Amino acid sequence: MSPQEDRPVPDNAEPKDDGGGSPTRRQARATARQDEVRQENEVETAGGEIPPPAAPVSAASRTTDEASEASLLERVMTGNALVAFLSVVLSLIIGGLLIALTDPEVARTSSYFLGRPQDLLGAAWSAASGAYIALFQGSIINFEADSFSRMIYPLTQTLTVATPLICAGLGVALAFRAGLFNIGAQGQILIGATFAAWVGFTLHLPVGLHLLLVILAGVVGGALWGGLVGLLKARTGAHEVILTIMFNYIATNLVLYLLTTPGFQRPGSTNPISPQLDSTAVYPLLLGSQFRLHWGFVVAVVATVFVWWLLNRSTVGFELRAVGANPSAARTAGINVNRGYMVAMAVAGGLAGLAGVAQVAGTERVLTSGVAASFGFDAITVALLGRSSPWGTFAAGLLFGAFRAGGVTMQASTGTSIDIVLVVQSLIVLFIAAPPLIRALFRLPAPGAPRSQRRGRSTNRTSASTGAAA
Amino acid sequence: MKNSLRKITRGTGLSAAVLGVSALVLAGCGAPPAEDTNDAGAAGEANPDYLGCIVSDSGGFDDRSFNQSSYEGLTQAQEDLGIEINEAQSQSETDFGPNVDSMVSNGCNMIVTVGFLLADTTKASAEANPDTHFTIIDDNSIELPNVKPIIYDTAQAAFLAGYAAAATTESGKVATYGGINIPTVTIFMDGFAEGVAYFNEENGEEVELLGWDKESQNGTFVGNFEDTAAGKTNTQNFINEGADIIMPVAGPVGAGTLDAVVEANADGRDVKAVWVDSDGFLTANSGQEFILTSVMKLMGEAVEDVVSSDLDGNFDSTPYVGTLENGGVALAPFHDQEANVPADLQGTLDDLREQIISGEITVDSTASPQ
Repeated sequence: MSPQEDRPVPDNAEPKDDGGGSPTRRQARATARQDEVRQENEVETAGGEIPPPAAPVSAASRTTDEASEASLLERVMTGNALVAFLSVVLSLIIGGLLIALTDPEVARTSSYFLGRPQDLLGAAWSAASGAYIALFQGSIINFEADSFSRMIYPLTQTLTVATPLICAGLGVALAFRAGLFNIGAQGQILIGATFAAWVGFTLHLPVGLHLLLVILAGVVGGALWGGLVGLLKARTGAHEVILTIMFNYIATNLVLYLLTTPGFQRPGSTNPISPQLDSTAVYPLLLGSQFRLHWGFVVAVVATVFVWWLLNRSTVGFELRAVGANPSAARTAGINVNRGYMVAMAVAGGLAGLAGVAQVAGTERVLTSGVAASFGFDAITVALLGRSSPWGTFAAGLLFGAFRAGGVTMQASTGTSIDIVLVVQSLIVLFIAAPPLIRALFRLPAPGAPRSQRRGRSTNRTSASTGAAA
Repeated sequence: MKNSLRKITRGTGLSAAVLGVSALVLAGCGAPPAEDTNDAGAAGEANPDYLGCIVSDSGGFDDRSFNQSSYEGLTQAQEDLGIEINEAQSQSETDFGPNVDSMVSNGCNMIVTVGFLLADTTKASAEANPDTHFTIIDDNSIELPNVKPIIYDTAQAAFLAGYAAAATTESGKVATYGGINIPTVTIFMDGFAEGVAYFNEENGEEVELLGWDKESQNGTFVGNFEDTAAGKTNTQNFINEGADIIMPVAGPVGAGTLDAVVEANADGRDVKAVWVDSDGFLTANSGQEFILTSVMKLMGEAVEDVVSSDLDGNFDSTPYVGTLENGGVALAPFHDQEANVPADLQGTLDDLREQIISGEITVDSTASPQ
């Protein structure tokens, strides 16, 4: 026997257990089945409140029974809502300071600050408040508008911009829940958009069927791109972060190349921009022609419900979460981890593809190399901010959509740099991603502290954690 | 103990909140005087009722290329004509629609959109707002009474640069590379190639052009307009292959070429660069002494002209095509390199320029305006 044959090879080992297996194996499988049942029961008692296991943020580590014992105030004080709210407030204050600091009027008045300080303070206040009022008017309600439709136009704009963010964010969140860091939403959006756009401007089909095919093509494109990553990870063990990053490069440059070929260019032009999609291939507008809001938003809502159902109510979702919580345990419990990876990445890719459809069939109506903007990367932030839960992601997508939409008005009507808007956005995420920072700044109790004090156990850990929080 | 602890936390939280609110209130007290001074500053302009607006493409107004030149044209108009201006910088292509839209709702008289990527947005907005005037740079696809396209036959000036480079090279090799293979870039490279070819034909020389093949329309590209390091590497490769004059057509990436040229000269090699869009001798931060000449696309002037004639009520939708004849494109002076070019070159270039204007020489590029 050669030394190579002696070495246990996992690939060879797998098929062997399929054919019956040794007594110990069978035993293990029996225990695994019991484990599975137990795990299922635990899930039931937790009432679907299991924290996102693989998601990097997991401050939400309280289970329902503990939460119900805590007083309402405690829950508010230690809960995520307050931390999120304070993060937003704090970053708005810091952002306001930045806006004021970069304002030319403030720079001018600062030269005679000691002589007349109220000038500087006034200029700083009007710069910051003006910018934020513009941000609000550009994203929620423009109360200076003369007609009702112009008044709510900003809100519809926010929903429009949020649509691709929500779809792609859901994809990233879903992969997070399965323990996969899906950095590849950008590539998946691009490929989805390319598939969808090609169907949209090459085929000429009747109303209804055309749009349906466009959506399907986008989802298939994204699912292929994502699923390929899942397949490679499952088959070769390659790390999904490296895979998705490289797949982003491949997608970006593939689209750049395709746009130099005549099949993707307008007749008579060599500019890298595709023909416009047929009018039968685009999402109908949701609220009439004064608004850009299209049916893609409804699709995003449906996608959110679907992901919620998939994760919390379906067997597949349960398996995905189990894989994400602990792949080894899941494997022992009889869950096909490799299949879990493939399914998770394919569904995640499909959702990102839906974001691509929202772009080419919703707002842009053409395919260009920049059609995905930075939505694929923003989606990672959106998923983190939403703590990888479907509705959290939905809300985070709306918030980011509001910032993007409001940033335009903020820039146009007050001259505040768009970069400052991005700084404020990033600060919010920074603070939300680091809850202990916010707790320390506002002296909020840490979530672990009151519980362990109340129960009077694990005193060592209590003092350690309060010490850390204070 | 438990209760007291909770009280303390509640107390500090409350005091923090009170502090925060009072800080906001305090800051609010200072508001009225500032608004007064604000209003005082905005008086005494010639045409404060005219609002000229500009929307960039994703390059932004600091791209040292067409966004920046167009923006400078508008700020120049602000200075010279006393108009009000407003600008929106696009982060990505998804911002085009909202940006143009917010300009329309801000009541702009003229909206300048920069780049062919904005064509669809501009067209849609121009159809919906027939009373607003639009100017689009580098695109000639829109035919509407309220849209004026500004385009350039850059190949004409690039032809002169190609001829000058071929006449000046000592190694017999010149090179060019682009940012992305798009018509507004390749038109420079086509003209440059034509100029080199014309020089060879006239003088029976064999000056070789690296980095661009006009026949196959393919050559060396960085793949973006950001990667300065790649521009430097490209240039070093060309220098190693023996080229001594390099023309980058890649906006800010050209800075990498200047870096490489400065280094090569420090090593004792005689290498020069040809700049594009603006006169690099006046705009580059370093290495301008090694710039042989520049292929200038005078967008700022065109933008200011369009605004100025719109102010006079003479707006029309005839495309403005920048040529050597109307001065929309031009070859920059040699500046410091005057001593390094053949003595009769300037004279020959002036003749060539006349011949191109008269149509005796035609410079053709697939990217030329039809």
